Amino acid sequence: MASLKQIRRRITGVKNTSQITRAMQMVAAARLRKAQENMERARPYAWKLRDVISSLAARTSSEMHPLLEARDAERIGIVNVTSDRGLCGGFNVNICRKTQKVIVEYSNLDVEIFTLGRRGYDFFKKRNARIYRNYPGVFQELEFSQAAAIGSEICEQYINGGFDRIYLVYNEFKNIIQQTIITEQLLPVEPISELEVAQNVDYIFEPDPQGVLNKLIPMHVNVQLWRVMLESYAAEQAARMSAMDNATKNAVELVDALTLQFNKARQAAITKEILEIVSGAEGLKG
Amino acid sequence: MAESSDNFDVTIVTPSGSQVSLEVRHLRAPGSEGQFGVLRGHLPFMTALHVGALRLDTRDGRQIWATSGGYIEVLSNQVTILAETAEKADQIDLERAKAAKERALGRLAEKSTDIDIKRASLALTRALNRIKVSAEV
Repeated sequence: MASLKQIRRRITGVKNTSQITRAMQMVAAARLRKAQENMERARPYAWKLRDVISSLAARTSSEMHPLLEARDAERIGIVNVTSDRGLCGGFNVNICRKTQKVIVEYSNLDVEIFTLGRRGYDFFKKRNARIYRNYPGVFQELEFSQAAAIGSEICEQYINGGFDRIYLVYNEFKNIIQQTIITEQLLPVEPISELEVAQNVDYIFEPDPQGVLNKLIPMHVNVQLWRVMLESYAAEQAARMSAMDNATKNAVELVDALTLQFNKARQAAITKEILEIVSGAEGLKG
Repeated sequence: MAESSDNFDVTIVTPSGSQVSLEVRHLRAPGSEGQFGVLRGHLPFMTALHVGALRLDTRDGRQIWATSGGYIEVLSNQVTILAETAEKADQIDLERAKAAKERALGRLAEKSTDIDIKRASLALTRALNRIKVSAEV
């Protein structure tokens, strides 16, 4: 059995850890509130824009704009959205595993990864996966301009034929205790396939299709990336919050168990001392 | 709400998160090629919007909104307005718009670089539009 001193030292250590995890949980909770607000504000616009774009894609010929044009996929890009920091449970690993699965699925094609967030980069770097671009630190300062910069790079790659298809793999914020991993196609824009498009009438564009589409579709890509970044950030905070909550609970349990062990050891020591005294006294008597 | 055959749905969303849905009989919007009106059964139509006023005739009367541009998608019974900003006339912050106008005028008077002039004159257009629309309540 460990000595009293050792147990006491462990108790102090675990208590300190639990203080840290509790503080981290509270920080994550505060950040989560803000992140959730931002995300909820970005959602309606992004969703409506996506609806408009996909109805547009269904109703116009794909030759209207290079970003609508579906090509035979030879080279695929996967945008892997993780966090910059760890200590958030399975948040990052789950995303990276999902991306790995997608890579295996398309193993007959040329697949490269765009990593958003340091964790994903580290994961794939260690495994020598093919990272095409890395955008570290985007979550330090979440700005729309960052999403726009990444978006325009992706659009350019697509238009110039660098990539034939772009997927997004990210954590969608469902609620505080749940994140869902989403894999969706960013480019080419997927037309809505449903029966909604009963009449395939041509759109009237003013002033002309090129003028409208040239601005609207890149904007759509940027806005979707922005939404995904906000989603992922909110989901990260939620994941960290529950991970730290669990850690704190575990630490408290551990402290209880160690305290019990400590008390047992203390009692055993006392009993041993009394026995020694008693037997010593007995010895003197005799 | 009783379904009236000559009404259509209008949804206005902005990046700052506001989302409104209305049932409208007639809509007038500032398109990039000029003002246009929409009634139910319009052909699919898509255009950019200019800074200006949106006029929506609903069952409960006319609403005027100030917008700073964006895009509009018109389908036969559904209109989606992706506006950069959109404020209902009675919700416009007139003080702020006036302050923005003064600021823009000040910048224009300074005559700094081209970009600044462009930005200031855009800001001025937006401010003047808000002031004008809020006067129409």
